[in-house]
Amino acid sequence: MAAKIKPLLVQEVVERHTLSILVDNEAGVLGRITGLFSSRGYNIESLTVADITEDEAVSRITIVTSGPRRVIDQIRAQLDRLVPVHSVTDLSELGPFVERELALVKVAGTGEKRVEALRLADIFRARPVDTSTQSFVFEISGSTTKVDQFIELMREVGLVEVARGGVVALSRGATAQ
Amino acid sequence: MQGRETMGRDGGSREMSGADIIVRALVDLGVDTIFGYPGGAVLPIYDALFRQKQIRHILVRHEAGAVHAAEGYARSTGKPGVVLVTSGPGATNAVTGIADALLDSIPIVVLTGQVATHLIGSDAFQECDTVGITRHCSKHNYLVKETSRLGGTIHEAFHIATTGRPGPVVVDIPKDVQVATARYERPARFEHKTYRPKVKGDLAAIEAAVEMLAVAERPILYVGGGVINSGPGASQLLRDLARLTKAPVTSTLMGLGAFPASDPQFLGMLGMHGTYEANLAMNQCDLMLCLGARFDDRVTGKLDGFSPHSRKIHVDIDPSSFNKTVRVDLAIEGDVGHVLEDMVKLWRARGHQAQPQDDWWSRIKGWRAKQSLAFTQEGEKIQPQHAIRALWEATHKKNPIITTEVGQHQMWAAQHFDFEQPNKWLTSGGLGTMGYGLPAAIGAQLGNPKSLVIDIAGEASIQMNIQELGTATQYDLPVKVFVLNNEYMGMVRQWQDLTYEGRHSHSYSDSLPDFVKLAEAYGWKGIRIETLDQLEQGIADMLAHDGPVFVDCMVERHANCFPMIPSGATHTEMLLGPDQVAGKVDKSAEALV
Repeated sequence: MAAKIKPLLVQEVVERHTLSILVDNEAGVLGRITGLFSSRGYNIESLTVADITEDEAVSRITIVTSGPRRVIDQIRAQLDRLVPVHSVTDLSELGPFVERELALVKVAGTGEKRVEALRLADIFRARPVDTSTQSFVFEISGSTTKVDQFIELMREVGLVEVARGGVVALSRGATAQ
Repeated sequence: MQGRETMGRDGGSREMSGADIIVRALVDLGVDTIFGYPGGAVLPIYDALFRQKQIRHILVRHEAGAVHAAEGYARSTGKPGVVLVTSGPGATNAVTGIADALLDSIPIVVLTGQVATHLIGSDAFQECDTVGITRHCSKHNYLVKETSRLGGTIHEAFHIATTGRPGPVVVDIPKDVQVATARYERPARFEHKTYRPKVKGDLAAIEAAVEMLAVAERPILYVGGGVINSGPGASQLLRDLARLTKAPVTSTLMGLGAFPASDPQFLGMLGMHGTYEANLAMNQCDLMLCLGARFDDRVTGKLDGFSPHSRKIHVDIDPSSFNKTVRVDLAIEGDVGHVLEDMVKLWRARGHQAQPQDDWWSRIKGWRAKQSLAFTQEGEKIQPQHAIRALWEATHKKNPIITTEVGQHQMWAAQHFDFEQPNKWLTSGGLGTMGYGLPAAIGAQLGNPKSLVIDIAGEASIQMNIQELGTATQYDLPVKVFVLNNEYMGMVRQWQDLTYEGRHSHSYSDSLPDFVKLAEAYGWKGIRIETLDQLEQGIADMLAHDGPVFVDCMVERHANCFPMIPSGATHTEMLLGPDQVAGKVDKSAEALV
């Protein structure tokens, strides 16, 4: 007989937040961050990381996560506690920000399907970066939803495989956050 | 003498080996004792230790013992504990202690040897990914790949271990880094580029807290280990604030001693095995001031029934503790000692008077009248609570340091041994590590050579690090071990009684050694107490012997620890005695720990 485990708290509204984390670019720092998410049971929907300063001393990690507000606050506090973390900014909380994702989408087909793939790519401003007589690789960038939609449409015209870069994001306006 | 020269005060600008840099940095940091065990990957450091006289190295019998000894040293002295172990199994054996120190916020620095840098990742002999393994059970860790960074890293490690919310820091040092040379300079005042814990609390928030306290009719101070970590000054300020606000005070397991047990305002420990009055007062208060505690599940019981009518203020140096399990109305980030100081000052400056609390205190008196810790000692079998009380009677004037293992004896000690001062009670609270008490007592004795140090133990737990008897013998440490022997892993059996209709699956301590003979084999004095009439004399004999003594005190085998809040229940649903035990719980409660 399966035991029915009652949830500890009533259902809360799940929010999607984009966190921008500046960290010392040292060995193991990414492991600290991702390990924190897995050991405490937080979600990672997307994660990107690259160094962003001239001397390569600081990296920006952009994480898209989801959870109730209470959990998002905990994630921020837990990240802030890590020694190599300079700052944690919750862009979703802060105000307007831009968010972009890059994807490479490989489509194969001939005839009308091939024409349709090109036509759709044009509408989405996706650029062919590789072409054979049988296939295209499109490069597309935009919001996660736009990339999702494009991939969905490509399924109908011969989608072969996809590589996605994950979300990068910055706050709008003149100042750094 | 050559070694002394290398360590000379002017040696700062000279090239030294990594091993000598480590020793030199430890001396500069004021370290006088380290706990360790040698092995291949730390031989250069051991050679450097051999050539100096400023640091005393305590050779344990197992690396787990080294870490708990360092914890005991740290908790009883307020200074960081230091551990030195080799790579691979040396490091993995230290992991439990590192996790223990993380959960109980104990400042320790663990130096681990590592295989040479060119061998890392090759599955070399005694290689393990120490920084990977300890990443999430330490406050921070380092793999030092260049000798030139070694000195600075060790200074940084101590800074991180001892400031903010204290914790364990691991420094993994490959063997070639210990052998290569570099210049070492003692760093000037340390300022970290990213790590800067906030010590002073926000004044506006403290002001708001004082106003909330001043209008409270049913306030309570809920204090934890943070008050002890903050230093003896914080305990004094806590007394001042309690006087001014007239509020009752309750403590977590880790906070015992921060407020004197004999004080009429003290309600005893709260939580799963806390007193009736402490838990009911937490449930019924209108204002809760949490000082350096973290709303642990052993304290709160069922969350949605936790103190439903109160406004809550939480003071903590670690902001990730805020709203983690319990939503609070006001959070103050800062060192609890500093915040208490500001609160006391502000209360006095404003000329506040506590609200009349006659009604509140008369309700508390009513709860106290239940005498939830009462027990009956009759017949010649010794009740475990009575043994603890007798131990307290015989020793409390000596102001002893008490360590414990984990289980029923630990809870009985927390309930029945009264603590008047901080840093006298050393126990594994968060991780609940059996085998903590004996090595912790050894560490505490080394840090407090003149104190009476007693490990109150169970016959099951003591066997988890019993090899450390040899360490106490080697260093002439007069620690006492007082075992409440009920021939059961008592707390496991208690839960089996409560939850599994008394099916005692593997909780009987079979094939026990003759502890007296075992102690004697290690050069200890062994005493067995079997009946009530032997208790007082046995304790007196233990105290009269100036070397280490192991007391095997046979107690009533079937006693369980009450009062108790069963899992999944609220503070108001306490079991006061065995007659209230149903023997079964529903499935959702069974799944809770």
